[in-house]
Amino acid sequence: MNTELLGIIATYGLTLLIGIPLGIYLAKMFAGEKVWTDFLKPLEKGIYKLSGINPEESMNWKQHMKALLTINMVWLVYGFFALIYQDKLPLNPDGNLGQSPDLAFNSIISFVVNCNLQHYSGESGATYFTQHFVFMFLQFVSAATGIAAAVVLFKAFRDKTTTSLGNFWVFFTRSITRLLLPLSVVVAIILAFNGTTTSYEGKDKYISLQGDTVNVSRGPAAGFVAIKHLGTNGGGWFGVNSSHPIENPNYLTNMTEAISQVIIPVAMIFAFGYFIRRKKMAWVIFGIMTLGMMLLLVPTVISETGGSPAIAKMGVSQLTGAMEGKEVRFGPTATAYWSTVTTIISTGSVNSMHDSAMPLTGMYQMIAMMMNCFYGGCGVGILNYFIFIIIAVFISGLMVGRTPEFLGHKVEAREVKIASIIALLHPFIILVGTALAAYTITYFPDASWAVKPASWLNNPGFHGFSEMLYENTSAAANNGSGFEGLGDNNTFWNVLTGFVLILGRFLPIIGPVAIAGLLASKKYIPESAGTLKTDTLTFGMMTFVVIVIIAALAFFPALTLGPVAEYFTLIK
Amino acid sequence: MKKYIIQSLRLTGVLMVLLCVIYPLAIAYAGKFTPGEGSGEKVTKNGKVVGYALIGQSFTKPEYFWGRPSAVGYNAAGSGGSNKGPSNADYLKDVSGRIDTLLKYHPYLKKSDIPADMVTASSSGLDPDISEAGAIMQIKRVAAYRKLDERVVAEAVVKNTEGPLFGLFGPSKVNVLKLNVALDELKK
Repeated sequence: MNTELLGIIATYGLTLLIGIPLGIYLAKMFAGEKVWTDFLKPLEKGIYKLSGINPEESMNWKQHMKALLTINMVWLVYGFFALIYQDKLPLNPDGNLGQSPDLAFNSIISFVVNCNLQHYSGESGATYFTQHFVFMFLQFVSAATGIAAAVVLFKAFRDKTTTSLGNFWVFFTRSITRLLLPLSVVVAIILAFNGTTTSYEGKDKYISLQGDTVNVSRGPAAGFVAIKHLGTNGGGWFGVNSSHPIENPNYLTNMTEAISQVIIPVAMIFAFGYFIRRKKMAWVIFGIMTLGMMLLLVPTVISETGGSPAIAKMGVSQLTGAMEGKEVRFGPTATAYWSTVTTIISTGSVNSMHDSAMPLTGMYQMIAMMMNCFYGGCGVGILNYFIFIIIAVFISGLMVGRTPEFLGHKVEAREVKIASIIALLHPFIILVGTALAAYTITYFPDASWAVKPASWLNNPGFHGFSEMLYENTSAAANNGSGFEGLGDNNTFWNVLTGFVLILGRFLPIIGPVAIAGLLASKKYIPESAGTLKTDTLTFGMMTFVVIVIIAALAFFPALTLGPVAEYFTLIK
Repeated sequence: MKKYIIQSLRLTGVLMVLLCVIYPLAIAYAGKFTPGEGSGEKVTKNGKVVGYALIGQSFTKPEYFWGRPSAVGYNAAGSGGSNKGPSNADYLKDVSGRIDTLLKYHPYLKKSDIPADMVTASSSGLDPDISEAGAIMQIKRVAAYRKLDERVVAEAVVKNTEGPLFGLFGPSKVNVLKLNVALDELKK
């Protein structure tokens, strides 16, 4: 077997080897049972004390959401001004300028919502201060926000009937102290010893072997890159993200980064099952999500290792696959693997330029984000999947003619309405955003923004349409990767995706938590012979079908105009 | 509501100290013990720094091995790929032009001897490596310009080829800068 294929098999194997036990640990830790990290309790106590938080105070689902939204609002306001005035703040050795208001608006939203769309480049658009105190800070806390919201949902189904769902600040703080921070230290040290820079020195200058004078950007990137993956954030220290040789120096770091972005989403599935004492349910959900991932991964690997048909015609050899926009040290196979995991999970870090991937690869990347629940982002993946479970419960209930139930609670009109709205919101914002962009390009090509609409697209024809579709999909899924040829740092894209990002984040968090809160407060109905079991493989497949049908109906036309059409022009 | 705002502000402040000061400083300290002491591992020739091991350089002189095409001309102050789509006609013209250039400097090559990485731009624009095939196809030219035996140059290529991780995972690669430094140091 070739070493490139062996590499991704080992990567995925290690991911499960770490992710599954981690999930069991998380279930115990969030339930307050004894775990080995309890030695950190004094640190947490100190944090609560300094913040004026009473960890014993219990909240209902509405209070949870109020706390979540309040602290997120604080970060939005603070970060916006920090970015605008970053040139006047300390730690700016390269003398970079402040961000324009529309860029700051976009940047801060995209980091608060765990997306990291990045319409700036790290080398020139941020300072060491904002890299740390805005971006890296938000990479920790936005991931913790998602995890805490998911734990609220777990809590709702642990007990039979309850309205007290634990304390938001506790879930949030523990996500950092017991999970994100310790793992980040480990990953950062692995990266540092493989060549990722850690010192605060600014740009360096040297004379190259051939005699050219070269400036090289550096900076304390290792810690940043660690949490960027663990927290499924994806925002890079450098402009080209994890394809930059300092941000991702070799195959070992590539494996480390690919593993670290998947372990928490995988762990959350098992945390859910073990937390609510239904292990079988965790395995079913895991199985369905893995099926979804494999159905995207295998064709992606085939499409990339097959090479470009247009370049094949020129007669050069594509021994390992297509190489445009890829790095030699990773090779096409590991790059294909990465592009799948970074899009099914809402990381959005890249180790290649997705814009240059084969047309079908681009389509699989977009489908992954359109479904956005095969593993999914830190915490929010399981929340997204939960929405589809509720819809599947409802449809199965209709099919067998019984009142739909989930884990002993009746699912009624209100819950189904919320679930439907959230499920439809995602295609709605993606397609409306893309339509607006296409309309603007067609009718206002000369509008005087920083980049004129006529010059937004880096590629003509169908691929150009894909660039716009990808950008909106990535924003709605809070993914953060992009077809980076798109000229996106201008008022139109900054504002449009700013709104898409906010809608794509908070409603899909509030919706599932609301459903869970409402269900948990209802009377518990013991299981009987007529109960629809939701932890069977049959029900799992039902959920899978719901996911596929919603995505297919909503997105097929748009995908046809972009990647599918491009594919056929390329092979003709 | 007011309670939440105050708690949010205080918690944000406390976490900033932990996450934005203590954590990165701890990592920076650990970084001091790494090969590049945290500021990037440098490559030297006769004791003089000629670049970073991880950052690719532009090589155009015929006595050097060449790296991959770069969308940013190996300007390491920034980074970037071409972002050209696979069906873009202008892009395909560029690739075809690069093939012709390579054939001009390596008249002994068949097209099928040229690996795709030598005619396509990397993702970062700073790719320090080329594939083994990409180095092998250049041996004859480099040897001729350096008036060296082909076997000597081929030996240097083998010495500077890094195999898969643990011999098992991932592709082989050749670091162009290190290879060229090795050749330069050979001469004296």
